Amino acid sequence: MADHSDPNAPWKSVSGIGTSAITALLFVFFLQYLPGIAAGDPVRWVIPWIPSLDVNLTFWIDGLSLMFALLITGIGAMVMLYAAKYLAGHPQYDRFALYLFSFMLSMLGLVLADNLIALFVFWELTTFTSYLLIGFSHTDPKSRRNALQALLLTAAGGLALLAGFIMIGITQGTFEMSQINASGSLVGQEYYTLILFFVLAGAFTKSAQVPFHFWLPNAMAAPTPVSAYLHSATMVKAGVYLLARTHPALSGSDLWIWILSIFGAVTAVFASFMALRQTDLKQTLAYTTLMALGTLVMFLAGSTGYAITAAMTFLLVHSLYKAGLFLTIGIIDHSTGTRDANLLGGLAKAMPITGAAAALAGLAMAGIPPFLGFIAKEVAYAGALEMRLMIFVVPMALVAFALMFAVAGIVAYKPFYGPQGKLPHTPHEGPWPMLLGPVVLGVLGLLFGLLPGLSAYYLIEPAVAAVMGAPDTGGRVKLWAGFNLPLLLSLVTFALGFVIYLKHQALRDRLARIEARGPDLDAGWDVFLEKFMALAKGQTKLIQTGVLRQYMFATFSVFAATVLVTLLTRNVGGLTLGFAGLGFMEWGVAALIVAGTVLVLLTSSRIVALVALGVVGIGVALIFIMYSAPDVAITQLLVELLVVVLLALAFLKMPNLDPSGTQKHSFANAALATTVGVLTTIVLLLVVDQPFDRRLTEFFEAASWTEAFGRNIVNVILVDFRTLDTFGEIAVVIIAALGAFVLLKGAAKARAAKGEKE
Amino acid sequence: MNSIIFTAAARLLVALLFVFSLFMLLRGHHLPGGGFIGGLIGAVAFIVYSLAAGPAEARLALRISPEVIAMVGLGIALLAGLFSFFMGDPFFTGQWYWVGGDSYETSVFSINTVLVFDIGVYLVVLGGILSLTYAFEEET
Repeated sequence: MADHSDPNAPWKSVSGIGTSAITALLFVFFLQYLPGIAAGDPVRWVIPWIPSLDVNLTFWIDGLSLMFALLITGIGAMVMLYAAKYLAGHPQYDRFALYLFSFMLSMLGLVLADNLIALFVFWELTTFTSYLLIGFSHTDPKSRRNALQALLLTAAGGLALLAGFIMIGITQGTFEMSQINASGSLVGQEYYTLILFFVLAGAFTKSAQVPFHFWLPNAMAAPTPVSAYLHSATMVKAGVYLLARTHPALSGSDLWIWILSIFGAVTAVFASFMALRQTDLKQTLAYTTLMALGTLVMFLAGSTGYAITAAMTFLLVHSLYKAGLFLTIGIIDHSTGTRDANLLGGLAKAMPITGAAAALAGLAMAGIPPFLGFIAKEVAYAGALEMRLMIFVVPMALVAFALMFAVAGIVAYKPFYGPQGKLPHTPHEGPWPMLLGPVVLGVLGLLFGLLPGLSAYYLIEPAVAAVMGAPDTGGRVKLWAGFNLPLLLSLVTFALGFVIYLKHQALRDRLARIEARGPDLDAGWDVFLEKFMALAKGQTKLIQTGVLRQYMFATFSVFAATVLVTLLTRNVGGLTLGFAGLGFMEWGVAALIVAGTVLVLLTSSRIVALVALGVVGIGVALIFIMYSAPDVAITQLLVELLVVVLLALAFLKMPNLDPSGTQKHSFANAALATTVGVLTTIVLLLVVDQPFDRRLTEFFEAASWTEAFGRNIVNVILVDFRTLDTFGEIAVVIIAALGAFVLLKGAAKARAAKGEKE
Repeated sequence: MNSIIFTAAARLLVALLFVFSLFMLLRGHHLPGGGFIGGLIGAVAFIVYSLAAGPAEARLALRISPEVIAMVGLGIALLAGLFSFFMGDPFFTGQWYWVGGDSYETSVFSINTVLVFDIGVYLVVLGGILSLTYAFEEET
């Protein structure tokens, strides 16, 4: 199951060490903001992007974004270093480093962006880069499928999010989230429900809440360092970040409280049962991530100090221990060749450092004092007790945390300190670049817990203040909060968790049986995609018949219908036909055009029809000349000429028109052609009837010499006043030419491939 | 085409048409003409040649493949637009430089991005239409 391992391959490459070093520097860069943010001074950078649309690259550092930025860069640097060793010798490692680094930057942009449109762009960038990362083992069809699943689900959520953002921007008059949050809650405003719905759709798909959860465990197809990164501080936390970021503006309504509590709690409990059910340790961790996301969403439902403090503390501790555990699993996988919980055991002797790091992370996960995980759990219970849906939230939290305790034992204790397992390879200690991350993260989990005052002052309380939109009073993050209900609940959690750990084998079998009976959303997804494709295929068959005549008939029918309806429903006034002032020349040209048209209709030879059409075109060009538009006339003449030549080349290879074949369409065609012709004539006459607005003409007449130094207004418009339009047009010319070129050459090639000979 | 008269006349016509197309391109700013019309005339020139001598011969006469010509033209047009960007003006603002004077009236001639853009248009139209025509002709 190891993704790729070659312990002797050189790993000190520019792409590995370089990206890691840059990320580490970014971490140090963000560290310097800690004192200022803790003192309550957010930082704002503005780079104008599309100021006319109020879209700017605005970056905003407050407690929340700083905590995320530090997690992203800190864990990112260690994961990149780890990956350099983990994937050493992989032929596509450089590509991987690029993906990972781009992902890190997108994620950083996402948490720092203040402008909602910028945030959305970064949001989609994380979706895209994570797609590349999840599908990194692109030769494996399962990996590609899972990557695509994650992409489609989160991108669909992203589109909903964009709709929500635009509605926020329009109703609030600004896209700057800091201003929106500062100007008060949106609850009760018009469109609040819709905005909430769209934003939650984005957040829930990204953060994999039930029933959108199934992509997350599948995303484990990625190499382990990616899982460690995506599922600890980044990607999946983006949804949670969004909820936290919009908390001051959107929270507080009944809708918010109910939806977040229920979705969060159900996700948390469901995921912790599923975590227990897995035997692949990576899958187990994937589901515990899901559990953490559910818990975070559940606590963000509340608005009290304890609920938000619980969310932020748990967010911090989860990022630390989850990244650490994933990295440890990677080392185990690397070293023993398996991730199966049933096979692993007794590794501590061979891998003492990995074992110690795993133990630290596991103790934090289980919530044992004095780890930060313990404080997080205490605060969480205190927060749950304060919530509106307390009756529902507290038991759910209790079940989830107890299961978490048991899973921590399975993941971090049993493989190292449990009975000796049956291993495919003899285990050995991991190399230092891979050990650094787990050890540092594990120690941090302990340190933050031992120094609750410091971690609260610098990290947690500023974040809580940002989420609540008001300065935090603080003082909630304590190792010892006295004998109270949360402590009692903690003790119950430990007891329950311990029992579950002892019985986990039996429970796992029972869960497997229950799971087999439940709905399989993952398989449902495949069915959904299949049906969706079938629908697309069906409607393509219906609309795209491949017969040019039908396309033209449909197009002109729609044109005629819309014009006719408009003419009939609008009061367009009477028509005036003025033949005065038309001399011999005008009548002559008109006769020429009519004669050409009649000839096209009557002939059975394609070439004759083509030449007759050319006559019509030249007649039109003559009209342009008579009304002094030489540029247009020249272009018209040349285009007519080229059309005749081009079509003649094609027609030379085609048979004559078959009078009997076209006959059966001719009545409908004639009726439609006549209708379109008459309607166009009427519309043109009506247009000409209106007084001519000379404002544009006057502007160009005046400006084309003074501003663009040209006397030929048509050309000056083309190459100076409307250059961008012309540029677009010539791009279209190229696209059309290349398209036709490929079609013609492709057809020739296909024939050659078939072995057809002339 | 198997007409000797046409084949003989084509050589003369092609040169005339080609020069005429350049003439139309350059006069376009003040008199009827411009890159679009010039490009069309240039295309006609080479089409006449390909009808007389066959597409293979015409491709040789062109020296560079029409697709490349069209792409280079698009690039030139884009550069003409980007140039104003570097000068601090909005995208595609015409840039004028007077040689031998300080305004249009006093200068001997001018160097400007507008003409560069028009040359880009000329090349795109020429290349685009020729690539289409040649592909048609070779489709046998």
